[in-house]
Amino acid sequence: MARYEVAPGVTALEKDYSAQRRMRTRVIHERIARSVLFAFSTVSVLTTVGIVSVLLFEAIQFFQEVSPIEFLTGTRWTPLFASKHFGVLPLVTGTLLVAFLSMLVALPLGLLSAIYLSEYAPTRLRQIVKPILEILAGIPTVVYGYFALLFVTPLLRMISEDIAVFNALSASIVMGIMILPMVSSLSEDAMTAVPSALREAAYALGATKLEVATRVVVPSALSGIAASFILATSRAIGETMIVTVAAGQNPNFTLNPFVPIETMTAYIVQVSLGDAPAGTLEFKTIFAVALTLFCLTLIMNLLSQWVVRRFREQYE
Amino acid sequence: MQIAENILQTEDLSVFYGNKQVVTDVTLDVPRNHITAIIGPSGCGKSTLLRCFNRMNELIPDASITGKVLFEGQDLYAETVDPAEIRYQIGMVFQRPNPFPKSIYDNVAFGPRINGFRGNMDELVETSLKRAALWEEVKDRLHASALGLSGGQQQRLCIARTLAVEPQVILMDEPCSALDPIATLAIEEVMRELAEEYSIVIVTHNMQQAARVSHYTAFLMVEDQRIGILVEYGESRQIFTNPTDERTEAYITGRFG
Ligand SMILES: Nc1ncnc2c1ncn2[C@@H]1O[C@H](COP(=O)(O)OP(=O)(O)OP(=O)(O)O)[C@@H](O)[C@H]1O
Ligand SMILES: [Mg+2]
Repeated sequence: MARYEVAPGVTALEKDYSAQRRMRTRVIHERIARSVLFAFSTVSVLTTVGIVSVLLFEAIQFFQEVSPIEFLTGTRWTPLFASKHFGVLPLVTGTLLVAFLSMLVALPLGLLSAIYLSEYAPTRLRQIVKPILEILAGIPTVVYGYFALLFVTPLLRMISEDIAVFNALSASIVMGIMILPMVSSLSEDAMTAVPSALREAAYALGATKLEVATRVVVPSALSGIAASFILATSRAIGETMIVTVAAGQNPNFTLNPFVPIETMTAYIVQVSLGDAPAGTLEFKTIFAVALTLFCLTLIMNLLSQWVVRRFREQYE
Repeated sequence: MQIAENILQTEDLSVFYGNKQVVTDVTLDVPRNHITAIIGPSGCGKSTLLRCFNRMNELIPDASITGKVLFEGQDLYAETVDPAEIRYQIGMVFQRPNPFPKSIYDNVAFGPRINGFRGNMDELVETSLKRAALWEEVKDRLHASALGLSGGQQQRLCIARTLAVEPQVILMDEPCSALDPIATLAIEEVMRELAEEYSIVIVTHNMQQAARVSHYTAFLMVEDQRIGILVEYGESRQIFTNPTDERTEAYITGRFG
């Protein structure tokens, strides 16, 4: 402030002038900052628009040859065979099955470990565990894929003979483990951010540690926890390597986790790596599948945002 | 000093944060069904002393105490005593209003619910809010969020929340410091009425407030690096008109602190 003070001798007019100049530089700075930020956000918006239009463009060509009804309701997916069927449902169920099972692993364990870290663990332990969790989140997914195929699957097969070499269960468990650190770390951030005054209020009413955690901290951190769940679910739906390596390449229309299945992402990899020439109908299937995947994730996101907003309204 | 039957007593109580001593050998009796004020300059250990009465200091990792605190003649820090049980009987209102981000109703019902209350919850919520002089202002929006209340209303909600578990003692740590004079007077009025049934210990920076509402006053201070020394304790009338210790006199007449 002192920097801008005008010397005592200056007239009101001069004072006015320096104030004006100050104002002008500030306005210019504001403008520059705003345009730079605008440029950057435009880049990301344009990228999204570009991706969606490519998807739409190719998918429309695909749907000129295959009826959307067959695509959305058919239960056989054999575009690479001699007798072609273009029912996407087996890929959808495969994707949802794996996503659901992996959430079954990641959400409860992630939430519990977040509660432990934020409410129970001594500060020292938390300082050690949190970075380790973040490292876990950085392991390449292909490593998880082979971990599923070469370690978890043999273990599962020792338990039950019915489990195939490639199966949804093993991929789901490992994907759950992969996503767990993300859920736990983000939820823990949300819980640590709950003001300690609220904890004290609950303790002062005779609450035990568990009651403080479950009745005050978790509800107060709910929107952050929900956000971590949403991210995790989107991640599970879009995850590619683990399912490609461990879940198989068989588009079975089934909810049985013991048999091979194929997810949408795994199918896209399969075709991209295979020898379907660009421009053929086989090749165009991947855009139709990708568009479906995109819509699925979009719906998921909208749905969960709506859920979060509903909860918020109650609490804030 | 002749006082009524005591509900809380400390004997040579000292509190440490790590190696730092912040309450020094305090011996103090808190009478039943009266208001006892703790006054003193900032940082002299008032909050720390207050938090010994419901074992809230235990939530701070490196805090420890020596000496004794008795509640109804029983050692509050005995191994058989469950701190949650104690806090259920000795409630606390904090300096900044800290309602839960829940509805007004759920805030008041929180304590009874976790303590397994089986009676008529609506009735309990209503009487608690009435005793905290908040009922008229919120009766039409019990299920609206507590965060939509004004600061003074939030603080009265926190008092109602404390009353709902029917404690025997209410500890208040500068309950009016974030409030305007009108809200302050409303809360003082509530305190006076509560004192007929409850024992209240209040920490305050506001000497007029201590003089207005309290029956007994304890004066703590810092001297020669020693924190939390009990200088004088007695009837408020005497402390504020005719203190025996010259340090008390200096403080209440505003000459230091
Ligand atoms: N968690 C803590 N760890 C270490 N020292 C602490 C802690 N809390 C308080 N202290 C110290 O203990 C002393 C007494 O603090 P206390 O909060 O009891 O003072 P107070 O009289 O309530 O002050 P105020 O009127 O400002 O609220 C202060 O010197 C403070 O710095
Ligand atoms: Mg204090």
